[in-house]
Amino acid sequence: MNKSVRALLGATALCSVAVAANAETLTIATVNNGDMIRMQGLDDDFTAKTGIELEWVTLEENVLRQRVTTDISTNGGAFDIMTIGMYETPIWGANGWLVPLDDLSEEYNAADILPAMAGGLSYDGTLYAAPFYGESSMVMYRTDLMEAAGLEMPDAPTWEFIREAAAAMTDRDADINGICLRGKAGWGEGGAFITAMSNSFGARWFDMDWNAQFDTEAWANTLNFYKGMMDESGPAGYATNGFNENLSLFQQGKCGMWIDATVAASFVTNPNDSEVADSVGFALAPDNGLGKRSNWLWAWALAIPAGSQKTDAAKQFIEWATSTDYIELVAANEGWANVPPGARTSLYENPNYMDVPFAQMTLDSILSADPLNSTVEESPYVGVQFAAIPEFAGIATEVSQEFSAAYAGQQTVEEALAKAQAITNDAMEAAGYR
Amino acid sequence: MATQHSRSAARIMMAPAVTLLLGWMLVPLTATLYLSFRDYRPMRGGDLGFAGFENYTRFIGSSSFWPSIVTTLIIVGGVLAITIVFGVLLALLLDRPMWGQGVVRIMVIAPFFVMPTVSALVWKNMFMDPTNGLLSHLWRFFGAEPVVWMSEQSLLSIIIIVSWQWLPFATLILLTAIQSLDGEQLEASEMDGAPVLARFWYIILPHLSRAITIVLLIQTIFLLSIFAEIFVTTGGAFGTKTLTYLIFQRIIESQAVGLGSAGGVYAIILANIVAIFLMRIVGKNLD
Amino acid sequence: MARSVTKQQKALNTAIAWTIGLLIFFPILWTILTSFKSEGQAIADPPIFLFFDWTLENYAVVQERSNYTNFLWNSIIISVGSTVLGLIVAIPAAWSMAFTPSKRTKDILMWMLSTKMLPAVGVLYPIYIGATKMGLMDSHIALVLVIMLINLPIIIWMLYTYFREIPGEILEAARMDGASLKEEIIYILTPMAIPGIASTMLLNIILAWNEAFWTINLTVTKAAPLTAFIASYSSPEGLFYAKLSAASTMAIAPILIMGWFSQKQLVRGLTFGAVK
Repeated sequence: MNKSVRALLGATALCSVAVAANAETLTIATVNNGDMIRMQGLDDDFTAKTGIELEWVTLEENVLRQRVTTDISTNGGAFDIMTIGMYETPIWGANGWLVPLDDLSEEYNAADILPAMAGGLSYDGTLYAAPFYGESSMVMYRTDLMEAAGLEMPDAPTWEFIREAAAAMTDRDADINGICLRGKAGWGEGGAFITAMSNSFGARWFDMDWNAQFDTEAWANTLNFYKGMMDESGPAGYATNGFNENLSLFQQGKCGMWIDATVAASFVTNPNDSEVADSVGFALAPDNGLGKRSNWLWAWALAIPAGSQKTDAAKQFIEWATSTDYIELVAANEGWANVPPGARTSLYENPNYMDVPFAQMTLDSILSADPLNSTVEESPYVGVQFAAIPEFAGIATEVSQEFSAAYAGQQTVEEALAKAQAITNDAMEAAGYR
Repeated sequence: MATQHSRSAARIMMAPAVTLLLGWMLVPLTATLYLSFRDYRPMRGGDLGFAGFENYTRFIGSSSFWPSIVTTLIIVGGVLAITIVFGVLLALLLDRPMWGQGVVRIMVIAPFFVMPTVSALVWKNMFMDPTNGLLSHLWRFFGAEPVVWMSEQSLLSIIIIVSWQWLPFATLILLTAIQSLDGEQLEASEMDGAPVLARFWYIILPHLSRAITIVLLIQTIFLLSIFAEIFVTTGGAFGTKTLTYLIFQRIIESQAVGLGSAGGVYAIILANIVAIFLMRIVGKNLD
Repeated sequence: MARSVTKQQKALNTAIAWTIGLLIFFPILWTILTSFKSEGQAIADPPIFLFFDWTLENYAVVQERSNYTNFLWNSIIISVGSTVLGLIVAIPAAWSMAFTPSKRTKDILMWMLSTKMLPAVGVLYPIYIGATKMGLMDSHIALVLVIMLINLPIIIWMLYTYFREIPGEILEAARMDGASLKEEIIYILTPMAIPGIASTMLLNIILAWNEAFWTINLTVTKAAPLTAFIASYSSPEGLFYAKLSAASTMAIAPILIMGWFSQKQLVRGLTFGAVK
């Protein structure tokens, strides 16, 4: 922390001594992502301003989901604020489990939240969670390797180009894989990637009568293309790679391209962690000329469980954490490249931020994803890389396990799709959709 | 032999433990049984009414059910086989005179102190990772293509991790048993010139049968419910879904509590079948 | 076993045993070593064993992120608390089963063990709701109770097997001499059973320390032990081997140290009646 900020904090702390006498404590469940960890380091600012103490429960994503879902569905009240995603928010909101965030203060300026994010975090037009950061997905590639391969990355590549480029950049002897993609089982890992990718191949999860669509040509094309390309140019064991594994590979210079979350841009361009920080380029996620690209839309957002006794304090915290002031606080401490991206329109109007190399591409990616209309053919669900129905997480995890087994060569693509079809239809029948 | 007085005293002394365990068993068991007959889905508003045997037929009818039973038995069987075979060998070795026996013993029992989550994380990332794992460095050093442990050898990986954790336990119990073996008997057989294998087969192994039984019984109880090792490594993919994991997937990931509870009842039935089976083959060893 | 061996044999035994011992211990050793490396050196190819720039940076990062002592303290309270409570309940039960056995004793023992086979996740919802309703969420009491109950069958069984090895004649003789139940316990049980109780206690502290389902699900911040601490390090972003190693070392070090200091007691008693 630099001196001026510390002085500033000290000053605000003095002003708020009166408030602090009446200290309240908020318990916040959150995910162990870099941006969240950073916020925990800066939380003195909030306590100094409001006198409210914060207790953090930081968990790995899967454990966090299990933990907060159990708590909210039993009305347990263990947490005052939960970090949840774009998938949970509309479902929980519809169940009446979350406090509506429709009365945030004037200064907070809720209208500044990116419309795509606000839409995905609302149910029936009411905001139920405020985005801490938002993301889409895009292509991150090695400019040096691309040049060496004699190719030029267009701003909006096609899948065919990506496959060609991947093959051209691959150099097994030098331990360079042309392309790294998620293959790991789990609906939020490989499941999210392949679903977003399938959109650009004209596939969808369900038809308008909630029948599973894995028996369609479009899904077979998606999986065959993915597996074909990854077998040619992907890293060994890609079927077990998720976001973290690929990030680590890319930072070590072992990937030519990586299509993943836009937030990764700040990690791969950070010279402290990345060996390739100065040679990374960005492009939109690929398409197939069918009118849909393969990028997803996601936000980690803060929500208040309906049972909470500390709604007012919790709202104060949410306003602080997702405010433009917080963004400036991070910028002052860690630089503009490290502020939480993708949540607010004003951030992308800030010239300081637009100097960051990946800012424009992140915004373009976010703007090109439409959860309400994500598939080529009409579909009954909301969501790009998921379907916002309660049953989806369970089904998609099982389906992605079948896919991963196919990637690893333990079954054929046809077998995996047939199983996926059966699993999905069974579960949808049990849930009363069909 | 025992007096009336001591019998009633015995009953009083046992009462707290029995009551507590009865409560601990009955409350959850009743809850599981009750939920298994309900259509209980928290995400859809909770208890949606009586479901009859629907949950039971659905759980067993799922394409994942029988594979999960097979996986459970392979993992439990594999770990038991490895820990008992290597446990016996290790115990025989540790029983022999050597320098620094205490230090060796400490090193051998250390894995037992490691949290399952930690050992799964360490093995998965630092040893079995196909790029940066130590094993893949080793493979490459010998010019071989590194194994992608978590997908190509998923069951073996989990068996290795779990065996590593439980080998110390088996070794310790078997070692105590070997140390109690009558030295004179062994020496006599050595004098007779009985070959090493015969000595092992006719004297040592029978002597160890009781200890092996106990290792078998206690480890089975723990192994039937292993979870962290699978959750952290494969997340149930690549054919590593055990019955316990399938139940977790139904209850937590699919939020189908009724369905998962029916699975819980099946798990209790499986556990009891295994227990009865164990008692049959090992029971006589325990008296 | 006192058998005479030649020096060569002893040397050979030593060599084999040390090799195997080091092999088994290696994952832990490697984790500890890695925790003192920088992230870059942690994944260096070829791997560096000892000659790297030793640093405490990872520990500093981990400590800054989470209040280790708080987690550690909770782990101690929960594991020791549940073990002590378990012993209080189990000793009388095991004692009476060992010395006044009835026809059903073995059935009761088996039944107790079978309660351990109920999959925990199956009862997550009922127990979670119960703990919330009773205001026991995130409290030491709830965890001490639950973990005590989980391990109680093992405690009883272990103690039962020791107590049974205490010769019944001694008790008979004491009773003939008119010893009361209290005297029986103080003068006979205590001295003879202490090794068994010590070893049971140690085993149960280890089991309780490593329990990772209930300790994560029934805690928030106040009672969260080291299992919850490690759950926030399992898949961080980017290069993380060194930090993961530091967090892992911090989570297992206390129990490892305890285990090493008490291994004689643990080993002496860890028989489960395997020796007759």
